[in-house]
Amino acid sequence: MARHTQLTQTPAIVTANAELAERLHKVWETEPGIKGFLGTVDHKEIGIRYIVTSFIFLLIGGVEALILRVQLAQPDLHVLSPEQYNQLFTMHGVSMIFLYAMPVLTGFSNYLWPLLLGARDTALPRVNALSYWLYLFSGLFIYASFFMGHAPNDGWFNYVPYANRQYNPGPNIDFYSLGMIFLGISTTVSSANFVVTAMRTRAAGMSINRIPILVWGTLTSSVANLIVIPAVSLAFFLLYLDRNYGTKFFQPQSGGQPLLWQHLFWIFAHPWVYAIVLPAMGMVSDGLPIFCRRPLVGYTLVALSTMATMAIGFGVWTHHMFATGMSDLALSFFSGVSIIIAVPSAVAVFAWIATIWTGRPVFTAAFHFFAGMIALFVIGGVSGFMTGSVPVDWQLTDTYFVVAHLHYVLIGINVFPVVGAIYMWFPKVTGKFLDERLGKLNFWLMFVGFNLAFFPMHISGLLGMPRRIYTYPHDVGWSAWNLITSIGAFLFAIGVLLLFHNIAVSLRRGKHAGANPWDGGTLEWAIPSPPPPYNFVVLPTVASRHPLWEDRLDDAPGRSRLDTGLALDKGRQMLGTSVVDAEPAVILQMPFDSYAPFTLAVGTTIIFVGMLYRSWPGMAAGAIITGIALLLWLWPGRLREGSPEAANEPPFAEPDHV
Amino acid sequence: MSDVALHRSDEIRAPALPVGSIGNQASGYFGVWWVIITEASLFIYLIFGYAYCAMQFPGKWPPSGPPELTLALPDTLILILSSVAVALGEHAIKQGKRARLTLGLVVGFVLGIVFVAIQLKEWASRGTTLASNLYYSFYFTTTGFHMAHVVVGILILGALTIWSALGKFDSVRNSPVSIGALYWHFVDAVWIVLFTTYYIVPRLK
Repeated sequence: MARHTQLTQTPAIVTANAELAERLHKVWETEPGIKGFLGTVDHKEIGIRYIVTSFIFLLIGGVEALILRVQLAQPDLHVLSPEQYNQLFTMHGVSMIFLYAMPVLTGFSNYLWPLLLGARDTALPRVNALSYWLYLFSGLFIYASFFMGHAPNDGWFNYVPYANRQYNPGPNIDFYSLGMIFLGISTTVSSANFVVTAMRTRAAGMSINRIPILVWGTLTSSVANLIVIPAVSLAFFLLYLDRNYGTKFFQPQSGGQPLLWQHLFWIFAHPWVYAIVLPAMGMVSDGLPIFCRRPLVGYTLVALSTMATMAIGFGVWTHHMFATGMSDLALSFFSGVSIIIAVPSAVAVFAWIATIWTGRPVFTAAFHFFAGMIALFVIGGVSGFMTGSVPVDWQLTDTYFVVAHLHYVLIGINVFPVVGAIYMWFPKVTGKFLDERLGKLNFWLMFVGFNLAFFPMHISGLLGMPRRIYTYPHDVGWSAWNLITSIGAFLFAIGVLLLFHNIAVSLRRGKHAGANPWDGGTLEWAIPSPPPPYNFVVLPTVASRHPLWEDRLDDAPGRSRLDTGLALDKGRQMLGTSVVDAEPAVILQMPFDSYAPFTLAVGTTIIFVGMLYRSWPGMAAGAIITGIALLLWLWPGRLREGSPEAANEPPFAEPDHV
Repeated sequence: MSDVALHRSDEIRAPALPVGSIGNQASGYFGVWWVIITEASLFIYLIFGYAYCAMQFPGKWPPSGPPELTLALPDTLILILSSVAVALGEHAIKQGKRARLTLGLVVGFVLGIVFVAIQLKEWASRGTTLASNLYYSFYFTTTGFHMAHVVVGILILGALTIWSALGKFDSVRNSPVSIGALYWHFVDAVWIVLFTTYYIVPRLK
């Protein structure tokens, strides 16, 4: 093929116009039909898929929780057998922590990042597509065990020796081990995409002091994921080998170390719990200013505290292991760090309170959720601070107090901001408002239900009720608290159902929302709702943190330029900028729709099914499919057939290599 | 750009910009660094697990004494040579010397296969499996993980060799070579660390 190697291009600077928009639309639109369905690389499509899939897992995990609460509503009930109870509470944790909490944030970040950053897609769109397919298939893989009656049954942290083959002979733990390694690949590639995107596809002028906090949150989480996911993937792989190939890693009779499991697991899992809240905290940091009609108080401190939380978060994992018998020195050190980590969290809390205090709050549904989150964060933070102290932890570990704490932080700092984010960005995604009146009812049901369900758990924990027991006797004083918890859980569930109802109703007859329904200040509000496939007709140049508020704030040295800028219309092009100052550095040729990510994910699935059945031919078949998909994916300088460009333009340089 | 002053805007700079994957501007080049960081973390956790168990092991560690250097030492040198060959090839294509790139990649590819062959021979000569005892569980899992990375690297070098022979690269468009080479050097560096951990450190006692 005649390769046309155009090495440099002086991009035209034009004013946005309809003709250019139409041309870009043709170039960036996902193809119709099966090719588009399986091959799309559009970050908005992938983001929505992520969000919808994660909410399905949230729904399933929620139903599991309700069944558990029916079982625990009264003493001595036998709605569930102990084994069913074990599988349900394990799947509840796995669904919520791994299949909902991170993917929903990945979905929002996928959808929003390029809009916030003034770009047309993420840096590695096919990697992005791959991460979704891997997430979907690994979720289905884990849930296949459930429908075969062999769901994981050792809790989400899956301690050995109970998870070893001799105590847990079924395939339950194998499903979990392999599923987690599988899901880890998805999270890893997605994280790499986010990091590279943040490093180089920001709008010209969006230096690192002008990046929205949501981007800081997801970026910090992504870097952490890349560093800690290998720990848990390795732990699960070693367990898989112990269970299937006779290795001795966790076998104490052969000198193996069961505590090695706990170390590897929590080296991952504690940073992970920050990873599944920091982007959500970013949503609050970006959302509150819109509804308080002023910029965030302490932007720099909040951005730095985001990173400080994660940096300190790498050094707190053993506070999950205080009761395992560690040296006094280790106890003191990790207890100290676990208490110090409250400082950066508190910085964010005070920044939000100051933003509300000094702003003019508009009490929308989204504002309710963001403000409610602050209250829950404080309660969850205090109970976490308490258990960071060794003697308190010794008293409370493995009781319902810890269950209360983890639900306050995970629901409080993940679910509430996410629902707030839905109310805030739904008009951007669909062009329609969610119903505000239903939204406030939605908030109060969830808020009251949540506190009714989880606050009494502190008390049942203090009264000594251990977690993970399938029932309890009637004469130990836990009955009333458990009944209240169960009632609260159902109230909370009704609140969540109301959200789904609101979405269903508003999709059909919601009030029309324009480009900037909340009068927001960041770039996503500068483009139509829903956004066109190419996002920005001309690539914006940014001069401040709030390009749309500059006339009012007058805090920028210059003015952002949104209607005039680089057209970059030779194929799928966008601007690559320098890491710190976001100076224009390169014109990126972005890939078109491709079957390769889907095929690669299918091949990977076959490998994992092969591993589950210990079938070498199965693993080999999967590996071959994976290899071929990768080879075709990476083949340099392919002519992009079928693209509108191919007809009338010489093919430009090869697409970016991954 | 006469309207720039009108809007008091930051000047929109639009110099001639490189298009697509030139040199280290490819997004994939940024990406592979993060792949390396995550893979390096994996090996750090493997070594952590090994050290954690070794320190608490009741009795001699390694139970059968430090492993022999007879095969491992030459094998280490072969892997380093392979990295050198790939680096020379990469250097050559930056000057547009395509034949030298192909040669460097072929040499790297072949030496990679030799490394694997020798490693397999060493594994076989042990007469043990990963189920034999805790030490061998770690030994075979760690070197096995590394071996898997070497095999992936060999496949990458193979693909790059073919693409190089097909004339896909020139002095400007060569980011796949840089990306593949970087990964290969990483695999090499990991081996040096593992070699030190498993073969050298036990001799220092």
